[in-house]
Amino acid sequence: MTERVITCINCPMGCRMTVSLNDAGEVVSVTGNTCKRGEKYAHQEVTAPVRMVTAVVPVAGSVCPLSVKTREPIPKGKIFDCMAALRELKLNAPIRAGETVLPDVCGTGIDVIATRSVG
Amino acid sequence: MDKIIQKDLVIIGGGPAGLAAGIAAREAGVEDLVILEREHQAGGILRQCIHNGFGLHRYGEELTGPEYAARDIARAEELGLDIRCDTTVLSVDGDRRVTCVSKADGLTVYQAGAVVLAMGCRERPRGALGTPGTRCAGIYTAGAAQKFVNLEGLMPGKRVVILGSGDIGLIMARRMTLQGAKVLACVELMPFSSGLNRNIVQCLHDYDIPLYLSHTVTDIRGRERLEGVTVMRVGPDRKPIPGTEIEFDCDTLLLSVGLIPENELSQRAGVALTPATSGAVVDDDLQTSVPGVFACGNVLHVHDLVDFVSDESFRAGRAAAAFLRGETPTGETVEVRDGEGVRGTVPQRLRPGRDVTLMFRPAAVYQNASAVVESDGVELARKRALVFTPGEMVALPVKAEKLAGVHAPITVRMEAAKHD
Repeated sequence: MTERVITCINCPMGCRMTVSLNDAGEVVSVTGNTCKRGEKYAHQEVTAPVRMVTAVVPVAGSVCPLSVKTREPIPKGKIFDCMAALRELKLNAPIRAGETVLPDVCGTGIDVIATRSVG
Repeated sequence: MDKIIQKDLVIIGGGPAGLAAGIAAREAGVEDLVILEREHQAGGILRQCIHNGFGLHRYGEELTGPEYAARDIARAEELGLDIRCDTTVLSVDGDRRVTCVSKADGLTVYQAGAVVLAMGCRERPRGALGTPGTRCAGIYTAGAAQKFVNLEGLMPGKRVVILGSGDIGLIMARRMTLQGAKVLACVELMPFSSGLNRNIVQCLHDYDIPLYLSHTVTDIRGRERLEGVTVMRVGPDRKPIPGTEIEFDCDTLLLSVGLIPENELSQRAGVALTPATSGAVVDDDLQTSVPGVFACGNVLHVHDLVDFVSDESFRAGRAAAAFLRGETPTGETVEVRDGEGVRGTVPQRLRPGRDVTLMFRPAAVYQNASAVVESDGVELARKRALVFTPGEMVALPVKAEKLAGVHAPITVRMEAAKHD
């Protein structure tokens, strides 16, 4: 049995919630939340937290770096791997906003796409 | 004297506010308009805000800044709007004469039928804080650092302390960490952060960056380059408490200590400003004290969400179009005042007869409370919420029928929960 304390991000209340997990890592109880959204967020956050990753990467022949994002949130534990993979990226203009610049980043099944056009 | 170009509408600023005002004005029939933008591209601050979270209200999506801006720019292009980039406005006068300069056109003077002020805001700099210490390199506003990293591909430093926990500071804590820097601390003078919980969790907690509430930077050391800062706890009077010094070895200090509407042009035009918002005093058409001069977006009052900037600026564009058609309502205006626990209500006056949305910030955190609009003891509107915080602007709609017959000043105030 373990407990984790997390802050809810759904609204400015920022409820501090205590999540109890059993030895199998399953959520047993959530306390401290004010609404159902908090409970749902707590479940997601302790079992499979995900985050959007945004970054900039250099493009050959462009002064300004290209802004990119993961098309969907990726597992939180993969953020730094994703950044490392982006550092290896060699891109050439032109690139259109929405275009995939790195498919299936770090085996997440999620593409990294450009968020602006260059060239 | 230079040749004067007649123009129905001149919009100053090509960020989200100026773009929305231009789009709305053109859609309302204004053919002859120009948007003047000092940067080399339209889009304003959104260009450097590469993180996501923009557009949830307007589009139901969480776009990045460049994506949000691109939608307005695409619409502006579709409508054939004339956006003059690399153009700096030097002055606006009370007769709506706009003087600007650019490399391409030199000095240009427009005589405008109407003007929309959409210059946005700028960051409070180090000089405004009075922090002691040396004048070394390595101290940046968070937004300047954001521009270096996201638009220029440059890293301002390796070991970072952030003063202020506004959203830009929090966003930069994450950005600097992801780009390889070590963020040692985020230091906040107040006992609470003005940033969104979401940003505190996803920008600080995720990367184990400590947030020091009720602390401030009391010394800055370094000869050429910043070498370290001293952080101290502050008491309820916000004065440092001796003996609480914490030393940080850092080469970079980022300041995220507030935004100020950029109103130098407005002042020279004779536009009346209010210290409550540092922006113009406007009516419910967003018209300033100078007839035909409108203001919207962060130059009017600093917003939290670009969605609300766009919404306000669409209204300013439509109001400017109505002014050009001679359809601006006239008649008596009623003053709107900040009551107990309320700061910076916009608009500051209105003409009863139409639906209006009042926007303001609570002065403190209120739980389980109401915001109340009243005039002469009569309640006109009320909004209840589990929580109101200074970090989140409140939008409170008031119905036209409630305003009918109102002559006395209108007051907006917070009402704490009734305890049993």
